[in-house]
Amino acid sequence: MSVDQGKGERSRREVLASAAILTLAAAWPARAAGRRHVVVIDKMAFGAPPSGVKVGDTITWTNRDIVRHTATARNGAFDLDLPPGASASAVMGRAGAVPYYCRYHPAMRGEISVGV
Amino acid sequence: MFKCLFVVGALASAPLSAAQAQSHPQASAPAAQPSDPQIAHIAYTAGQLDIEAADQALAKSTNAEVRAFAETMKRDHAAVNEQAMALVKKLNVTPEANATSTALTEAAARERERLSGLSGMAFDRAYIDNEVAFHRTVNEALRGTLIPGARNAELKALLERGLALFQEHQAHAEQLARHVR
Ligand SMILES: [Cu+2]
Repeated sequence: MSVDQGKGERSRREVLASAAILTLAAAWPARAAGRRHVVVIDKMAFGAPPSGVKVGDTITWTNRDIVRHTATARNGAFDLDLPPGASASAVMGRAGAVPYYCRYHPAMRGEISVGV
Repeated sequence: MFKCLFVVGALASAPLSAAQAQSHPQASAPAAQPSDPQIAHIAYTAGQLDIEAADQALAKSTNAEVRAFAETMKRDHAAVNEQAMALVKKLNVTPEANATSTALTEAAARERERLSGLSGMAFDRAYIDNEVAFHRTVNEALRGTLIPGARNAELKALLERGLALFQEHQAHAEQLARHVR
C-alpha cells in the first residue's frame, strides 16, 4: 500500500514534470529560433534591412537621430514610437515583405523581408 | 517671401565669390561670407519662424493632415533648435543677428499677417504653399552658403542633419500641396 502510494506520487510527479517539459517545449522553439536584428535610424533614414530574417525573429529599431520617428508597418502589424535615443521591437509573425514607414516623415520608408 | 528669397539667393552666391577670391590672390576684398555666429543665428531663426507658422496653422486649420504636418514641424524644429542652443552654449558662441536672419523674420511676419486674413481651405493652401517655399529657401541657403561656410565641424554636422530633415519637410509639404486642393 505504501509502495503503491509511493508509485502513485511518483507518477503524479512524473506527469507534472512531463507537463512542465511540454510547456517548455511549446515555448522553447519560438524563443530558440527567434533571432534578434537591429535597424538603426539616423539622419532621416532607416538603416539597411537585416538579412536572413525568419518568422519569429525580433527586429529592434534604435533611433540615433535628434528627432522623433516611428516605424509603422503598412499592414498594421506594428506601430512603434521612437523618440530620440529610444529603441522598440516587434516580432515578425508572418512570412513575406513587410513595408513600413515613419508616420511623421512619409519620405522615410523601409522594408523587412521575412522568410519561413 | 520674395525679399527673403532675394537675400538668401544673394547669400548663396557667396561661396563662388570666395572661390574666385582664392584663385585671384590680388583681389584682396574679403568675400561676404557669414561667420559661424551669424550662420547659427540664421539657422535658429529659420526654425523659430517655422514653429510660429505651425502655431498659426494649429490655431486656424481644421484639416487633419495639415494639423499633423504642423505638429511635426513644431516637434522637429524645436528638437533641432534645442541641439543648436546646446551647441552654441558648449562652443561659447553668441548667435549674431544679421541681414539674412532679419530678412527671414520680416518676410515671415508679412506672411503671417497675410495668412491671418484667410480661413478654411484658402488658409490651408496658403500655409502649405508657404511651407514649400520656406523650406526650399532655407535648404538652398544651407546647401549653397551655410554648410560650406560653417567653420566649426560640429556646427557643420548639425546643419547637415538639419538639411536632411528640412529636405524631407519640403518633400512632405510638396506632397501635401497636391492633396490639399
Ligand atoms: Cu521620421
